Amino acid sequence: MHEQREFIPLDKEQTPMDTPKRTIWIQALKVAFPHTIPILAGFTFLGIAYGIFMHSLGFHAMYPFIISMVVFAGSMEFITANLLLGAFNPVYAFFLTIMVNARHLFYGISLLDTYKGIGKKKWYMIFGLCDESFAINQSIDVPKNVDKGLVMFFVTILNQIYWVVGATIGGVFGYLITFNTEGLEFVMTALFVVIFIEQWMKEDRHVSSLVGIAASVVCLLLFGKDTFIIPAMIAILGILTLARKPLEKGRVSVQ
Amino acid sequence: MTMSIGQQIIMIAMVVLGTMLTRYLPFLVFPQGKPTPKYIQYLGKVLPAAVIGLLVVYSLKDIHVFKGSHGIPELIGVAVVVLLHVWKKQMFLSIAGGTIIYMVLVQTIF
Repeated sequence: MHEQREFIPLDKEQTPMDTPKRTIWIQALKVAFPHTIPILAGFTFLGIAYGIFMHSLGFHAMYPFIISMVVFAGSMEFITANLLLGAFNPVYAFFLTIMVNARHLFYGISLLDTYKGIGKKKWYMIFGLCDESFAINQSIDVPKNVDKGLVMFFVTILNQIYWVVGATIGGVFGYLITFNTEGLEFVMTALFVVIFIEQWMKEDRHVSSLVGIAASVVCLLLFGKDTFIIPAMIAILGILTLARKPLEKGRVSVQ
Repeated sequence: MTMSIGQQIIMIAMVVLGTMLTRYLPFLVFPQGKPTPKYIQYLGKVLPAAVIGLLVVYSLKDIHVFKGSHGIPELIGVAVVVLLHVWKKQMFLSIAGGTIIYMVLVQTIF
């Protein structure tokens, strides 16, 4: 089914002859941007909240700016602030990070095929693979005449720009904001719910979607909100592995 | 802050290293030049749906069913998103609608 296909990166010599590179980029940006609008709202807000949080702990605005740029993993950045205020323990910091971010492993496995053959920008796209960019890029539909790799690249980089700009604004001016933003963080939940429904309407079997919800809820109840992710991942992996034979039987025509 | 700048840089570098390990590892273990094992290909197809489910639960993990607002604003917010999306299928409308309702709920009623 999915053998090694030859993918030709569109941004190399293979671009349609009459289309200049700039037009191709603008086309891709036009497709990418609308998908990132909810993230623009959510990340600017959460970024500012993160910047304010850092400011309140006494960190210079350079800290949220640099950390949001090099770490770019929301919850881990909040934890980093606590790590910096605690004892100097690099080994602990390293393993804690792996535990908190283990879900990225699943994103990578899910995107192995999607990110195939899109050239060097792939290495940045993996660097910037946050929850939201994963959710958008794995579900995005791109018109045939537009370079999908480039669209996914723009989704990734726009999302990071929103976050870094938000975090920096929060660090510098955050204490001036008086608008009541309580509840705005729900925009992220709404995004994930929408992508979940889109996926639900597209798929012909809901086994995997249901396993994802059920395993996560059960593990959340059993392990609590701080530690449920890794047990949930193990449960999802286990159930989907056991369900491989029956699931693959009915899938031949789908993929 | 008790750490020196050098120590802080090392701590941040460890967080970067840990994060990047979780992001790059699948792509390094299964490079695109080599055939990916069938089992991993299978996972690549079935995992996304499950992971989005995980993300939905993850984004709602701070709800306390027995305390405070009992998760009612979240329940209403999610219901609005689902209904709007099934009805109109406009991503931005569903997200904006659900979020605005949620904000009104937590700022005024709950």
